[in-house]
Amino acid sequence: MHIKDTFPELYQIRKRPVSIEGVRAKLQEKRGREYWQSLEELAGSEEFEELLHREFPQHAAEWDDSTDRRTFLKLMGASLALAGLAGCSYQPPESIVPYVRQPEDLVPGKALYFATAMPFTGGCAPLLVRSYMGRPIKVEGNDLHPASLGAADVFAQASILGLYDPDRSQNLINRGEVRTYSGFLGELLTALEGQRGKQGAGLRFLSETVTSPTVGALMRDIKRRWPGSQWYQWEPAGGNNGSLGVRQAAGGFATPVYNFAAADRVLSLDSNFLECGPGALRYARDLASRRRANDGDTREICRLYAVETTPTNTGFFADNRVALKPSQFAAYVRGLAAAVGASSPALAGGTATSDEQLNKIAADLKAHAGACLVIAGDEAAPEIHALAHAMNTALGSVGKTVTYVEPIEENPTDQLNDLRTLVGEIDAGAVDILVIIGGNPVYTTPADLKLDEARMKKVRLAAHLSPYDDETSELCHWHIPQTHFLEEWGDTRAFDGTVTIQQPLITPLYNGKSACELLAAFTDNPDRRGYDIVRQYWLTEGRAALLGGAAAAGASGLAIPGASGTTPSATAAPSSTPAQAGANGGGNPPLGGGAAAPTSNTATGSNGAAPSTGAATPDAAFERAWRRALNDGFVANSAKRPAGGGGAGAAPNAGAAQGATTTPPATAQPAAPAAAGAYEIVFRTDPSVHDGRFSNNGWLQELPKPLTKLTWDNVAIISPVTAEKLGVGMAPDGAVEAGGPRRVNRLNYKGGEVEAETLRLTYRGRVFPDKNNKMHEEMVVPVFILPGQPDDVVTVQLGYGRWRSGRVGGNLREGRRGFNAYDLRTSDAMWSGTGLGVEATGDSYNLACTQIHFRMEGREIVRAGTFAEWKRDPTLAPERERKKEPPQPAGENREPEGGETMYPPYDYSEHEEVGRRGYKWGMAIDVATCVGCNACVVACQAENNIPVVGKEQVSRSREMHWLRVDAYFRGATEGPDGVYFMPVPCQQCENAPCEAVCPVHATVHSAEGLNDMVYNRCVGTRYCSNNCPYKVRRFNFLLFQDWDTPSLKMMRNPEVSVRSRGVMEKCTYCVQRIEYAKMEAEKESRKVRDGEIKTACQATCPTEAIIFGDLNDPNSRVAKLHAQKRRYDLLADLNTRPRTAYLGSVRNPNEDIGTGGAGRGESGNNAHGEA
Amino acid sequence: MSERYDYEQEDVGIHTTPVVIEPGHTFGTVTDKISSIVLRKRTPVAWWIGLALSFMLANMMFGTVVYLVLTGIGIWGNNQPVGWAFDIINFVWWIGIGHAGTLISAILLLLRQTWRTSINRFAEAMTLFAVACAGLFPLLHTGRPWLAYWLFPYPNTMGIQPQFRSPLMWDVFAVSTYATVSALFWYTGLIPDLATLRDRARSRFGQIVYGMASLGWRGSARHWARYEVVYLLLAGISTPLVLSVHTIVSFDFAIGIIPGWHTPIFPPYFVAGAIYAGFAMVLTLVIPLRKFYGLEDFITERHLRNSAKVMLATGLLVAYGYMCEAFVAWYSANTYEQFMMMNRFVGPYAFFYWLLIFCNVVAPQVIWIRRVRHSNIWLFVVAMFVNLGMWLERFIIIPVSLHRDFLPSSWGMYRPTIFDFTMFFGTIGFFFFLMFLFLRFLPVISIFEMRTMVPEAQIKEEEA
Repeated sequence: MHIKDTFPELYQIRKRPVSIEGVRAKLQEKRGREYWQSLEELAGSEEFEELLHREFPQHAAEWDDSTDRRTFLKLMGASLALAGLAGCSYQPPESIVPYVRQPEDLVPGKALYFATAMPFTGGCAPLLVRSYMGRPIKVEGNDLHPASLGAADVFAQASILGLYDPDRSQNLINRGEVRTYSGFLGELLTALEGQRGKQGAGLRFLSETVTSPTVGALMRDIKRRWPGSQWYQWEPAGGNNGSLGVRQAAGGFATPVYNFAAADRVLSLDSNFLECGPGALRYARDLASRRRANDGDTREICRLYAVETTPTNTGFFADNRVALKPSQFAAYVRGLAAAVGASSPALAGGTATSDEQLNKIAADLKAHAGACLVIAGDEAAPEIHALAHAMNTALGSVGKTVTYVEPIEENPTDQLNDLRTLVGEIDAGAVDILVIIGGNPVYTTPADLKLDEARMKKVRLAAHLSPYDDETSELCHWHIPQTHFLEEWGDTRAFDGTVTIQQPLITPLYNGKSACELLAAFTDNPDRRGYDIVRQYWLTEGRAALLGGAAAAGASGLAIPGASGTTPSATAAPSSTPAQAGANGGGNPPLGGGAAAPTSNTATGSNGAAPSTGAATPDAAFERAWRRALNDGFVANSAKRPAGGGGAGAAPNAGAAQGATTTPPATAQPAAPAAAGAYEIVFRTDPSVHDGRFSNNGWLQELPKPLTKLTWDNVAIISPVTAEKLGVGMAPDGAVEAGGPRRVNRLNYKGGEVEAETLRLTYRGRVFPDKNNKMHEEMVVPVFILPGQPDDVVTVQLGYGRWRSGRVGGNLREGRRGFNAYDLRTSDAMWSGTGLGVEATGDSYNLACTQIHFRMEGREIVRAGTFAEWKRDPTLAPERERKKEPPQPAGENREPEGGETMYPPYDYSEHEEVGRRGYKWGMAIDVATCVGCNACVVACQAENNIPVVGKEQVSRSREMHWLRVDAYFRGATEGPDGVYFMPVPCQQCENAPCEAVCPVHATVHSAEGLNDMVYNRCVGTRYCSNNCPYKVRRFNFLLFQDWDTPSLKMMRNPEVSVRSRGVMEKCTYCVQRIEYAKMEAEKESRKVRDGEIKTACQATCPTEAIIFGDLNDPNSRVAKLHAQKRRYDLLADLNTRPRTAYLGSVRNPNEDIGTGGAGRGESGNNAHGEA
Repeated sequence: MSERYDYEQEDVGIHTTPVVIEPGHTFGTVTDKISSIVLRKRTPVAWWIGLALSFMLANMMFGTVVYLVLTGIGIWGNNQPVGWAFDIINFVWWIGIGHAGTLISAILLLLRQTWRTSINRFAEAMTLFAVACAGLFPLLHTGRPWLAYWLFPYPNTMGIQPQFRSPLMWDVFAVSTYATVSALFWYTGLIPDLATLRDRARSRFGQIVYGMASLGWRGSARHWARYEVVYLLLAGISTPLVLSVHTIVSFDFAIGIIPGWHTPIFPPYFVAGAIYAGFAMVLTLVIPLRKFYGLEDFITERHLRNSAKVMLATGLLVAYGYMCEAFVAWYSANTYEQFMMMNRFVGPYAFFYWLLIFCNVVAPQVIWIRRVRHSNIWLFVVAMFVNLGMWLERFIIIPVSLHRDFLPSSWGMYRPTIFDFTMFFGTIGFFFFLMFLFLRFLPVISIFEMRTMVPEAQIKEEEA
């Protein structure tokens, strides 16, 4: 029946009938969930556009003459009914089957887990994503994957919010107008026709670092088709220096893979390897496995040296830290390299120095030759990397702790050179078509190679694929919304080259395109879906790797090739409990894809999907391997082979290096400018928003930066001495307050608000902020005084000052956030430069900090000692306590004796069945291995539906994080030798001060020892929070939750209630996970197994510093940690008897040497950072 | 009215009779004088101005309350370490002010301190209104005030009772009992006077309203006998309340484990502080009042002096409390306690601590000087200092203890917002609004009790 017969009224009010054929064509072109109210909208007809833009739609205007109210209502009903045609599923389109049969495993209310990966700056975060009814709501690390082992970093944890970000680009935009993808393809094909004659010589691609084999294959395909085209890569904060360093050392590109589990001595050269870079999660796990001082294990823990120019987590986690100005850095490293006997052309001019400290580090390294590891950071110049490689060679680390594998990038290149070439070509008018795949180069390019408006105008057709309509999109002719990684098919490589095939968990929310899909438009077969493209690749080019991996599954290839067979016992990390050893194989799990997965991964990636036709047809072996790879989240044994075709020993050596490079690249040394100022500038990515790509992510914006605890802003970090010199950061009366970390600028009387003076920076002819520059005049550069920063060095973070980000990240209309450090960055001094002029403006600016005091004030908050002290007294007890006889290391949590307490102790036996002990949940947090990466904080936020409150509320000290990571500086003020990071969730006290004071029973003790919070019962007196000595309770002072935004409703964890205003909330050890596991166990008539429940913070912790479990089970991991001698309870003297215990920090400093600034300001019995 | 009494004589011990009413008054003049304030037709312009001003302030409070209930506690400055601030400061401050009323009415009655007669009615009204202001805060400081009734034990379908271990529960009982007993005590004392007003009212409306309120009081001997028994019983019930209410309010803090709160000296120190604050407020109100309404005959300088002396005595008790806090902090050798004290001395809020010491400890010492004691202006100034000082004391105890407790990482700062002040000054407006209404419509001094003070009554008693 024709639609006209059914709804004749539809036709009365239209000028032109809608062509059903046209609608059908549109429908076929579109995929996924399409909301449309009428056929006009679907067809994109002019009438509908008019309807959209007119205040009163057409038939309303003609109300009187043709359509009466009754008819109108009928029409409304009809269009609503038609809207239902779109279907109701979020399943990936490739596997859409109407619910004729109930999809397997899809039980309403029950979570499913899918393995995928988040590609990120030349690597990836392998993930296991939890999904409820088609909505991904929480990511975890993929515990089978060697690059994760279950951990995930802050960016991966926050990516869920990125997926549901209402500010994400929702439309394809052509010169300010909303257009369709076919419209784009039309213009593109016309433009490509023009390129046919010159073989695509005017065609340029600019992408971020690509590790995706499929994208690589597509690019090669494109190159074959358009031989004149060029593919450039640009990442403002990637591993470019590292690549160049290897090339400089080895004569070719290779990727170094480190094995920290085999290292006794680690030297970090400006490297924040515990937090940044593709391998960070694994490196942190491995290093931590060598940093635990376990009872009865007297093997010396690994010693970490850090030489760095600006404080990082790694540097402050290190045992000995040397802070240097950037200008001194290269000479120092050259001296070190010379002292360990390395030979490298980069060493030219570097000779043995008389620096005693340096020589002692070198001697210590040499004494542990073969078990050393030297790692240089992404921000260190290529020559530093070359020197690090030379030192590794000289120290015999290659093949033991360092392995060089074939580059994991598809097309390793000098990215700075790429950009320079591209800009040159654009200036020369040689670029007709510029396709920018991801990234935001208009914002991120250095000031002298800026892809600014003038340059972008020279490109005839520029298209930008990105998740946001950002700065680059504005200057491109076409903006194509990019799919989120949870919406697309793709593949990517981890730090060691292991491939993950990304599978989508949800249909693209906004009809975006993936990089593969966009690139396919340039190939012979332009209209392909992401699924087909990726599968096609693995059917053909990747088939061998996919099948080979599957065939070799179980052959136990090791994740880090360098460790294979060469270090027999080094990998046997002193894991805390047998449980851990069982789960992780002592740190290096076999990649046996065939091993039974202990997780609830479900192979649904290719659930019922009919494979598309391609050149090759899938056979059963392929299908098996494909499903295996999707299920496990990686292609088994796909890690890159050691470079050079040889075995583990194939590595760059000094000889090769000498032959390969004779002249260091121009980027090696920051050119000394006509010195305008006496200061040096250091550029760093922001720990929260990275290079700016996460600037619209509220979770990350509000995440306290690890060392400054600052939120929502970037700052200029200076040292206390420099602050004094500049006359900033004084106490209100003008006096400089003694005591360093106490003096973090001036405090305002509002909460966590810091009144920071602002600076004016003059650098390479640019003044910043600049009243004459429209883009700079509003900018302020607030000062943050951070002890440990080298003097006369100003560190600024990239990623802020966006002028076209979303509502969270700031934009010109609603106000920008922070200042744009890219405007100061030049291509010859990407990470540091000299000649910076600094002056105080006399103005001030409000910063919002979550912690404003960084000293322990002589209190026993972090119990700490050196390895030698720990061997003497494993309890690490302070002098005062040690005198007490007998020492009671673990006895602090003892039952109170009669008369000690007013209230009788909680009687757990009341709730227990006869002869069966209940659960006694507890947690152990190892201060010794916490590196302060914050992943737990975001994981907690994602798991527990914790709201973002905004800068104003943070400055009023009303942030909502249930779990915070406290930072305490230790050592002397001017040169602290470290920071203790201490995650503080609710301690779940046995004698909880909060419980006794709640007048309405809203916080009660559970039969398993949790301090449960009953949100519905809470009236909000805040007495519990006042009485909590740990201050871990959080109050909804206002309506902090976003109840309105539809996309955010989809994001919430259905297992956790969403709190409204006026209610107190807090950590309950992820009680929803506990209850789930208990139910599962009960179904099988067993007790919950140790390790079955992982709290959100525990699951994501890269260093396994947080362990949760049943204290009633003496064999549980947590019970064993509680029994460790270095266990202590936070504020134990208050007799709160917390269920969360801490393990004292044991570090292993080289006592012979001091630190960069002052000497170590503590001795054995004064290990609390206090003077 | 005769010439003034020579106080110098009393001070040197020549005159020994307690003079609480100026000579020359008879039963009739006392009744005329006091009832005329209520019954006169013309309302003084100043009263209208005062009422209007206080009504405006009260409306500021009502506006703040509406905004607060609609938006949340976040409009105030309370934050993470400082969960309680102006809300609870004001609660404790008002409750403290409320104490003088019952003390004067009940304890002094039992102690047969006849000088209380002139000021007890007034002080009781002050108590009631102060408790009304105080009661607003525990209700409104909750995050969800519409559920605050959960703090009361009532039979409910949830099968949940409040938690009796929480001092906030004790507060609920202490304050509600206190409010109830104070109201009963006040009203019982008013009944004979209401009857007087009924009899003297010229307007029909007045006769009906006062007639109903006086509950059929005829002044018969039986009435008087019952009245005396009831009044004495209520006084007996009220007496422990004077001590218990602020003791229990102090438990809100003393039961807590925060340094600066967890102190056993709090109960007596809070009670002393409450009486101190209460008498300061009595002086603050009475000095202008007696001037304005010409009540110098009934509220004599002796009353002011006695109040000042009570104030001085309780002020010294409070000062002893401050000393004890500092001593115990030092003597305990407890890091947190010592830090708490140092933080008060030199921390970010040190100015307010020293201002408190000045207001509560230093300033009242001028009362030792006779000339000051006899100067109404001076007494008024000192009383104002004490009012401020007692508010600051609660500020120091509540937010300043909370803002830096055990873990330095969770330390924070506190700054009130505009709405903290509108709420606070709004309740002051509300208090005065009720006070002005009371002045106009009820006898501000107990008429019948004052009649027992005139010489005629004394003589008869002696004769009998």
